[in-house]
Amino acid sequence: MRRYCILLIASLMPLCGWAAGGAGVDLESAPIDLDDHASLQRGARLYMNYCMGCHSLQYERYEQVAEGAEIPHELVLEHLVFDDSKIGELMENAMPRDSAKRWFGAAPPDLTLVSRLRGNDWVYTYLKSFYTDPARPWGVNNLVFPDVGMPNVLLELQGEQRMVCKQVPQLADNGGVKRDPLTGEDITVEDCRQLDVAPNTGRLDAEGFDQVAADLTNFLAYVGEPAQQERRRLGIYVLLFVAFFFVVAYMLNREYWKDVH
Amino acid sequence: MAGWLNGLVQWVDARLPVVEAYEKHMSKYYAPKNFNFWYFFGVLAMLVLANQLLTGIWLTMSYVPSGEQAFASVEYIMRDVEWGWLLRYLHSTGASAFFVVVYIHMFRGLMYGSYKKPRELVWIFGMAIYLVLMAEGFFGYLLPWGNMSYWGAQVIVSLFTAIPYIGEGLAQWIRGDYLISGITLNRFFALHVVALPIVLLALVVLHILALHEVGSNNPDGIEIKQNKDENGIPLDGVPFHPYYTVHDLVGVAVFLFVFFGVLFFFPEMNGYFLEYANFEPADPLKTPDHIAPVWYYTPFYAMLRAVPDKLGGLIVMAGAIAIFFVLPWLDRSPVKSIRYKGWMSRVFLIAFAISFVLLGILGALPSTPGRTLVAQVATLVYFSYFLLMPFYSRLERTKPVPERVTG
Repeated sequence: MRRYCILLIASLMPLCGWAAGGAGVDLESAPIDLDDHASLQRGARLYMNYCMGCHSLQYERYEQVAEGAEIPHELVLEHLVFDDSKIGELMENAMPRDSAKRWFGAAPPDLTLVSRLRGNDWVYTYLKSFYTDPARPWGVNNLVFPDVGMPNVLLELQGEQRMVCKQVPQLADNGGVKRDPLTGEDITVEDCRQLDVAPNTGRLDAEGFDQVAADLTNFLAYVGEPAQQERRRLGIYVLLFVAFFFVVAYMLNREYWKDVH
Repeated sequence: MAGWLNGLVQWVDARLPVVEAYEKHMSKYYAPKNFNFWYFFGVLAMLVLANQLLTGIWLTMSYVPSGEQAFASVEYIMRDVEWGWLLRYLHSTGASAFFVVVYIHMFRGLMYGSYKKPRELVWIFGMAIYLVLMAEGFFGYLLPWGNMSYWGAQVIVSLFTAIPYIGEGLAQWIRGDYLISGITLNRFFALHVVALPIVLLALVVLHILALHEVGSNNPDGIEIKQNKDENGIPLDGVPFHPYYTVHDLVGVAVFLFVFFGVLFFFPEMNGYFLEYANFEPADPLKTPDHIAPVWYYTPFYAMLRAVPDKLGGLIVMAGAIAIFFVLPWLDRSPVKSIRYKGWMSRVFLIAFAISFVLLGILGALPSTPGRTLVAQVATLVYFSYFLLMPFYSRLERTKPVPERVTG
């Protein structure tokens, strides 16, 4: 029996999955908390002000955002709906796709599902990885999405971020920081793909901008699958019921089989 | 009340043999009493089939099969339809669960020799079910009209172009267009929701009728009908109902716990049940970085890639499935169960299982020369299990089979 179980586990191995590699950039872990309604509200406000002009959320309805972020409908209509949409309408924008394609090289994609397509960590790191690059049409490039076609719309908040050379700790094969065995100091190497914000060029400090990126990512994580909290909440009750059902089934089975030898 | 109900049953039974059918397949169908863990998976396959049919019907009520609206209609189901997300996840998780269950069910058959005489037809109907299931999964995978749906279908349909002379025309005939388009989507929808489910149900009925005619095998590979009491009831058998119905309920509960655990907490299963690239609408101009089929096809996809020639790969892939059909005639062992076969059968079965899992892993990864070599070796091992079976199953020394079932 034990052998069979090992075989069974081995046969299910492919389901466990492998971490998929990104574009050679380590993604930062996004602090997602869909119960943080203040964060979702800030994320919605940021999205509507900085992103919605180009990136629609065409599968999502204003009403659903209102529910997820716990914003009263009147306030949504007053502060977040910039056209004459009703609360139950889809979050579309007025950007003509054909013209947009001429302006940017590619039409700005709809972002309803970006958190599911690329992952929350990708979105979070992407928002923080714009840097000045005069070779690009909009003067900026992105570490996570090389040669991206959009300008850095959050520049006024973040300030001007540049790619610089910095001494960074060298990592050993086991992932730890290498240290000099004599002095005990960290061994560093020069890395010229480090990002650094020029002081006093943005309205927010580093911490404040991290919060902006986190709020936007949180908002997009919600929009990607608005039912996800309901799903997890319901899942607990379903599993509890199945566990109870198991006990009943197990006892019923034992009762029936006690005379079979 | 009871009298009224009894009367109704008698009225119907005089016109349709319901009592006889109930006895033949449930209350007087004698199943061996020594079923173990592996024998849960037949009933679990039925459970998942029922789930797919029911959730499929409800999904069809809101899904729009057109190139313009399919993707949006799936998101409409996920957001606006009451319990739509649950129906969709039940169906998508159910598809993967179906293959998990069926693969284990087939492995059980290999282990205990359930394909051997007199169960050849049970096995062949089962293999036909598996084949239809693969087609059903393939057609269904196009319907969300995500980019991986699109390119997955593009890759698979273009395989047919490797067939000499008729290949190009055949692929075009399947697509109904020069490339995968809304026309393809519509016909795949028709096949997925009407044609193949009918075939699938018919085959399941045949599978079970054939099984109940000859009786179930068991872990000892003994025919329980050879030892009957004075009433003609197998000494080692118990009536399917209620003994195995209550027994299977326990297995169903354990299965549902795992199934719902995945569904409610990991519906994407790390990109293996729902691939990330499928959260982007189909785009004929944008090829995903890495096109991988869903996990249940990856063993065969790895074989396809392991052969340098496209037509050769297609033949190997088709052969890997076709060879299952002749398995009953490849096994020359005097015993059925792996418990009483010799060491060679055990080694080959384990090597086969490992190579199948290995191919499954390789098929999901981008190919490199090293991986291709491993896939080639695994393909050889896979085929040697079948092709050498006539020799090793006859040559090896088997253990004596007991008269009556054990434990």
